[in-house]
Amino acid sequence: MKKWINQHLHPLKTVLTRMKRNFISTLMMCCVMGVTLSLPGVLYIIIDNLGKLAGNVQSEPQISLFLKLDISKESLANIEKQLKSNPDVSNYHFESKDDAWQELKKNAGASDVAGLLDKNPLPDAYFVNPKSIDPNTINRLQSQMQNWEGVELAQADANWVKRLDTVLKLGKKAILILVVLLAFALIAVIGNTIRLQILTQREEIEVSKLIGATNNFVRRPFLYAGAMYGLGGGIAAWIILVGIIRLFNFSVVEIADLYASNFRLEFPSLTVSIVIILSAISLGWLASFITVNRALSQFEKNTT
Amino acid sequence: MIKFDQVSKRYPKSQEALKNVSFDIEQGEFVFVTGHSGAGKSTLLKLIAAIEKPTTGTVLIGNQNISKLRKAAIPYLRRKFGVIFQDHKLLYDRNCYENVALTLYINGVTGNEAAKRVRAALDKVGLLNKEKAMPITLSGGEQQRLAIARAVVGRPAILIADEPTGNLDENYASEIMAFLYAFQQVGVTVIVATHEIPDVVKTPVKVLSLQHGELTLNSMTKGMTE
Ligand SMILES: Nc1ncnc2c1ncn2[C@@H]1O[C@H](COP(=O)(O)OP(=O)(O)OP(=O)(O)O)[C@@H](O)[C@H]1O
Ligand SMILES: [Mg+2]
Repeated sequence: MKKWINQHLHPLKTVLTRMKRNFISTLMMCCVMGVTLSLPGVLYIIIDNLGKLAGNVQSEPQISLFLKLDISKESLANIEKQLKSNPDVSNYHFESKDDAWQELKKNAGASDVAGLLDKNPLPDAYFVNPKSIDPNTINRLQSQMQNWEGVELAQADANWVKRLDTVLKLGKKAILILVVLLAFALIAVIGNTIRLQILTQREEIEVSKLIGATNNFVRRPFLYAGAMYGLGGGIAAWIILVGIIRLFNFSVVEIADLYASNFRLEFPSLTVSIVIILSAISLGWLASFITVNRALSQFEKNTT
Repeated sequence: MIKFDQVSKRYPKSQEALKNVSFDIEQGEFVFVTGHSGAGKSTLLKLIAAIEKPTTGTVLIGNQNISKLRKAAIPYLRRKFGVIFQDHKLLYDRNCYENVALTLYINGVTGNEAAKRVRAALDKVGLLNKEKAMPITLSGGEQQRLAIARAVVGRPAILIADEPTGNLDENYASEIMAFLYAFQQVGVTVIVATHEIPDVVKTPVKVLSLQHGELTLNSMTKGMTE
């Protein structure tokens, strides 16, 4: 066990001293990774916050419940009861047909129309605000209410929510594609750096193999180098991300205050931070794994 | 423990370096491999150390057929050998200590244990005071001895030396030969390639003579005392 730990600690130490010696190029490498990785990070935070902002907006989606003209007292009471007990309903209010009629009459222009009619054609109505802005919940709620006794029409005003939701989902998909593309680019960049290191240590690798080094032994320091680049790059990405958010919040505070809103971009959560750094490490590790394996099979072709 | 049976070796785009070579080496033997330049001495040693594979015939190392060995098993076989290469193969960007320590790191020995053994090996070849020196600053003889230190630090069962006295003066040469004898005395099998067998041989040795890749002599000589 101790031997096993040492076998990993030793190359790690070697790699760290090597990186310290080439501090500038190591730093550059981490910066390249950091900038590249922070790009999708920033986009993610923007989209994430847009989603939250949409949740905050006052004009929440509404379901209008138009009741049958000849609705019975019991049905009305029943609807009232169901609305009160439904867990998805945030609040609702009732507008009687008379109130609606008065309102219509009050409105300029409409009074003529009202004058033409001698009877109030408007139905009683409920206006329901659901708790969730999730389009699926709203759709479900709407069709549920449509089936209630005494309801003529349940109309959901959820189109814009749906649209925003679609855009946000699209944005998240775009980020995913961007991440994949950038990951390929980073693998190429890290792979190239590792390849150059392998070339400068070619002799060492060859001699090591001649005196009994396994491929794992040869691979280990390069894998650690890749992972270290990843760690540095991940931390750099995180710093850039936090920096951008701070900068943004600094200027957004004034505008938000004007609108009496306390909207701020949120800092990446612990989970998001860990995910950023871990994926950067795995990316570096993977890049050097691919590169070293290619170099090793090349070596093997040249010898024996 | 080492058995060659009808072994031939042909490098790509080259003539046969070894032709139908058969011999045995017992554990603890001292073996000289001699022959003119290009006779195939280095090739023979590389086949023993599992660095090259035979084109035809079988090479058995402790009952393992190296042609049939899994790729992943070869490193572990190579660790049984301490090899002093004809061209040293020292790492010129590492100091003496690191050069010797490489063998131990490969064997999974690190830390204090490694430091102790590296210093002991350097001490044995008289290079302890040059621990931090880069190999390029060493004389030819010192580089040779550094290569020996790297070969023996892993306590190999078989020591292979390819012209270890190549371009050294007589004093150095006999010093290094004495060193190799000392290893044989403690049970290590020692195989040395050389142009000429030294006049003074302290123990019975086996001589394998090669000419243009063919084994022309396989004999035991009696040990002589001075
Ligand atoms: N890697 C190689 N590729 C092609 N041919 C080789 C290779 N190594 C050796 N040879 C050829 O094999 C033959 C034997 O070479 P080897 O190195 O075994 O000779 P040697 O007896 O060690 O010579 P020397 O005393 O000069 O070291 C030579 O003709 C050489 O040209
Ligand atoms: Mg040779």
